[in-house]
Amino acid sequence: MKNIWAITLRELKAYFVSPIAYVVSALFLVAMGYLFALILISSREASLRNLFNNMIFVLLIMAPALTMRLLAEEQRLGTIELLLTAPVHDWQVVLGKFLGSFILFVVMLLAPTLYYVLILQVFGPPDYGPILTGYLGFVLIGAAYLAIGVFGSSLTQNQIIAFFISMVILLLLWIADASSSVFGVGALSDALTYLALPRHFTDLFRGVVDTTDIVYALSVVAIFLFLATQVLQTKRWR
Amino acid sequence: MPDARMNGTPTIQVQDLSKWYGDFEALRQVSFDVQKGEILGFLGPNGAGKTTTMRILTGYMPPSSGSATVAGYDVFKDSIEVRKRIGYLPETVPLYTEMTVWDYLDFCARLRGVENRDAAIERVMEMTSIGERADTLIGKLSKGFRQRVGIAQALVHNPEVLIMDEPTIGLDPKQIIEIRHLIKSLAGEHTVILSTHILPEVSQTCSRVLIINDGAIVAEDTPERLSARVRGAEHIYLQVANAAPEIPTELEKVQGVLSARAKGNGTYEIETNLGTDRRADIAALVVQRGWGLLELRPVSLSLEEVFLKLTTSEEVAQ
Repeated sequence: MKNIWAITLRELKAYFVSPIAYVVSALFLVAMGYLFALILISSREASLRNLFNNMIFVLLIMAPALTMRLLAEEQRLGTIELLLTAPVHDWQVVLGKFLGSFILFVVMLLAPTLYYVLILQVFGPPDYGPILTGYLGFVLIGAAYLAIGVFGSSLTQNQIIAFFISMVILLLLWIADASSSVFGVGALSDALTYLALPRHFTDLFRGVVDTTDIVYALSVVAIFLFLATQVLQTKRWR
Repeated sequence: MPDARMNGTPTIQVQDLSKWYGDFEALRQVSFDVQKGEILGFLGPNGAGKTTTMRILTGYMPPSSGSATVAGYDVFKDSIEVRKRIGYLPETVPLYTEMTVWDYLDFCARLRGVENRDAAIERVMEMTSIGERADTLIGKLSKGFRQRVGIAQALVHNPEVLIMDEPTIGLDPKQIIEIRHLIKSLAGEHTVILSTHILPEVSQTCSRVLIINDGAIVAEDTPERLSARVRGAEHIYLQVANAAPEIPTELEKVQGVLSARAKGNGTYEIETNLGTDRRADIAALVVQRGWGLLELRPVSLSLEEVFLKLTTSEEVAQ
């Protein structure tokens, strides 16, 4: 546990000495602020539901930017040799890296949006239920995106390639249900529908907590972190 | 629990270690032992399998076949236990350039679960003379300092075994001497394996040398005995004022001369039969032909030549 934390802590420090954390956070918050104002003025509705629905799309670009460096850079610089010869399991390396990006995401991307809730007060008392579950969805979807990003970063030494691999995986999951109609009615079509990312979060954003959605997000995190660990392990054999 | 110190077995035992990269056999059934407190030098041309062997011992990659144990633990089955006991300096020093020296060493110490990290970091910074750079960013350090930070990193958890891939590469002569002293001072308490290109380094620091070529061990002995063993012929150095292309062939006509090679700038290397001294005959020939004798002296075989002899397959004196 201590060594996972050592990796997480190093990762967080690395974020703040490179411009990436500031750039991604600033761009994300600019986009969010703009959308928040736009949605609020046009709908005059004291809720964040529409904002959250837009947010998960913007995050599609931001999350891979946060994770692209994590394992790719270690492989390019050879510092991965330090981690893989330390008394640390491969999964601990992957988890430590993931937690680093996740904490950054919560602190730099999610937390600053909390003041929107205060602004909503001006327009009337908001319904806190959907806002709370909305933020739960925000955290879950962030974790899922970042885990996919960690996996993308494990595959290559090149950060740009890691970025695009992660984004393509995210896009495929995003539109998985679009292709389900091609296969008509059946197990495959159902599976594709289940895989589609956005539909698991619309309920949470509306204030409806469904355990399948939470299980979905946690499964995505677990599967992709597991895959990233496997990638590291196979690289040892080569 | 197995412990090398308890039963007097070697700290490192390598048995029939092989490694394939696809179709390429990087290591062929390598076997050797390293006793506690010994400094073993690993010599070999690039691609000989030095780094591969080190990577297997440090748990970075598994072997294709064979086994290796460090302090009684199998490098593959008990990898984590082995890694706790090893300090490793890879060929490309694994440094995070955006960190300060202190932060980096603190990270390495945390990663290996060091208790009382501050004391451990101060100790290794003093050992490697980087104390005054504690707050410098690693990216701003010179190559020599980076190398020392790399060595400090390998020592921070006070490991039983130290494995260093080219530890003095990129250092200036003064630093090289310092690092060699440091490595020598580690012997006894620590078991050290180092690889190097710089051959005098081996004779100065190592108690035993292992020459590896094409993935196999071609020789294993003390530096002194190795050079005696390979000495198959006497060597003579000749320098003349008027170099001419026919000189080597002419020299080879002298009785007892095995070969003569031009080394440029009028210098020649002559090999003669073991136990004979042909200098007088050679001098006579040079004077007679009017080549202008400048220098003529016997050459004792350096470890460098031993190494070349053993790793170029023309003449392996086994």
